[in-house]
Amino acid sequence: MTEAVIRPGSTAHSHGASEIPLQTRSERLRSSNPADHVAIDGRDEQWRYLDAARLAGLDVNVLSDAAGDLAFTGPNEFSFELVDATDPLFGTAGLPEDLPSANGWSAAAKAAKVTLNGEASEAAILKVDGIKRDRAAHIIVTSKVHSRGTVVIDHTGDASLAEIVEIIVGDESELTVVSIQDWDSEAVHTSAQFARIGRNAKLKHIVISLGGKTVRVTPTAEFTAPGAEVELLGLYFADAGQHLEHRSYVDHAVANCKSRVTYKGALQGKGAHTVWVGDVLIRKAAEGTDTYELNRNLLLTDGARADSVPNLEIETGEIEGAGHASASGRFDDEQLFYLQARGINELDARRLVVRGFLNEIIQKIGIESIETRLNESIEHELTRSIN
Amino acid sequence: MAILQIKNLHVSVDTEQGSKEILKGVDLTIRSGETHAIMGPNGSGKSTLAYTIAGHPKYTVTEGEILLDGENVLEMSVDERARAGLFLAMQYPVEIPGVSVSNFLRTAKTAITGEAPAIRPWIGEVREAMSNLKMDPGFTERNVNEGFSGGEKKRHEILQLELLKPHFAILDETDSGLDVDALRVVSEGVNRAKTAKGFGVLLITHYTRILNYIKPDFVHVFVAGKIAEEGGPELAERLEAEGYDRYVKA
Ligand SMILES: Nc1ncnc2c1ncn2[C@@H]1O[C@H](COP(=O)(O)OP(=O)(O)OP(=O)(O)O)[C@@H](O)[C@H]1O
Ligand SMILES: [Mg+2]
Repeated sequence: MTEAVIRPGSTAHSHGASEIPLQTRSERLRSSNPADHVAIDGRDEQWRYLDAARLAGLDVNVLSDAAGDLAFTGPNEFSFELVDATDPLFGTAGLPEDLPSANGWSAAAKAAKVTLNGEASEAAILKVDGIKRDRAAHIIVTSKVHSRGTVVIDHTGDASLAEIVEIIVGDESELTVVSIQDWDSEAVHTSAQFARIGRNAKLKHIVISLGGKTVRVTPTAEFTAPGAEVELLGLYFADAGQHLEHRSYVDHAVANCKSRVTYKGALQGKGAHTVWVGDVLIRKAAEGTDTYELNRNLLLTDGARADSVPNLEIETGEIEGAGHASASGRFDDEQLFYLQARGINELDARRLVVRGFLNEIIQKIGIESIETRLNESIEHELTRSIN
Repeated sequence: MAILQIKNLHVSVDTEQGSKEILKGVDLTIRSGETHAIMGPNGSGKSTLAYTIAGHPKYTVTEGEILLDGENVLEMSVDERARAGLFLAMQYPVEIPGVSVSNFLRTAKTAITGEAPAIRPWIGEVREAMSNLKMDPGFTERNVNEGFSGGEKKRHEILQLELLKPHFAILDETDSGLDVDALRVVSEGVNRAKTAKGFGVLLITHYTRILNYIKPDFVHVFVAGKIAEEGGPELAERLEAEGYDRYVKA
């Protein structure tokens, strides 16, 4: 367990050696051309926890564009179209920082573009369902100035998919993007999600990873103008043999922005493996930054492994606050005993404890249909763990 | 009329040096309406007895039996024991992050009675019990025991006792850490629950103070994993005056 809070005016030097990135995060290679990227190597920090063999060839295979197979539904405030690289937003939120993303990028000539034009009370849904193997998809989600709404990208069925999601949050808008990985058990998925956040804009980005053999989601948020806020939320539940990896990166490039990163996961079964790496970079110009990141993992059984690595890089002392907390713990049998001693059976007791643990995230989602679905999934996972 | 019988109970815990016997033949019978106080030095095994009755997995019964109205308690799971009417107010109540008191209480009540209580009367009942225990109604929205002070945790235990209405209440140092007012409030809670339900009480304590409020019918001196002496309320007075020296030396 590590806890650290950097107070205004102090610098990051108090951090332990393991928390210092090998290179400054901003210097990592970015390119959409696969040839610019080196082959996946376990000695590279990015691939430290994930064996390339688990990627089912997403880094090297020839992939086919899945943009045409995505199904969009949404209220009138949204528009949906397939665009190509001539679209003015194409490639403006970020560029691939690893081989699978670059491979996906170069294979996806089209991008599925969702535009939020007004205030939508109902969420738009982009379904990525059963698109099968060796696919690539490029998705662009953007919110116009003063708009407000939610886009859900819902991944189900079987697939191997190298995905890029660009999120461009317009000035003064409030956008929620939810990425649900509820794949069948053999699916393999990499998803590089890049968000560019405009002036006084708010992004709530929610990653929910439940199903799939290998899932690697890398959300990046970059502030471009002051007064903006991002909240990166993540919830995952890994079973035996599953690898669920989340690497978030918040780039405080400008002054007076706020970020909160909160990822929580539960693990059970042999070989269940989760990884969370949370990079936050506070650049020299980013005075008045307020950031906090937290990751907690609950290990329900033996044989599961949770890696949790917060990285704070701070280039200016003039900040509001910067801190992180990270902890992974076993399921507490004393909690179970306490609840059972009040008549609650073991399954219900486990359910209460795990839900309680994940509640912090679930409560923040604020979308009822997703909360219901999550509760059902957690239920399902827990029933499995007891039997 | 219910009866809880503990016969020749031997209990061990696993330690790094192997199994260690803590209870060395405890005999005790409690009937509905009776209050039994257990007093004894630190480490003598009082909590072990309480936890073993409740079924904590850490303790292994190597010999003897526990019967509730003739039923073998040792064959029941922890939750079955609670549903059968055994209640343990713990010396160190556990924090459960993310689970609200109101959710917890309702889930427990539902489990014990086998059906969800009707919402309105239930909320009323919880409110009344909390007000009797001088607990702020805001506690229902807080997470179970999280950030509660020592005394608040104990009140919360007695709140559960009042709401869950067991046949036997085992109170493990419920009085420790309570200020004088809280001691009275909590004791009244126990007495109220006892009057309403007529349950039997096994009250573990280090102090005679609480016995002024909750009058014991029997006092048991617990030493080195056994009951060393039994008597009426006057025994507690003597222990207060003389301590445990004569039992420990003997
Ligand atoms: N895991 C363990 N390893 C070794 N000894 C243990 C273990 N668990 C309990 N014990 C010992 O068992 C004995 C009885 O403990 P118990 O908690 O029942 O005492 P108690 O009478 O309730 O004491 P107190 O008055 O301090 O609450 C103690 O000596 C304790 O150290
Ligand atoms: Mg004790």
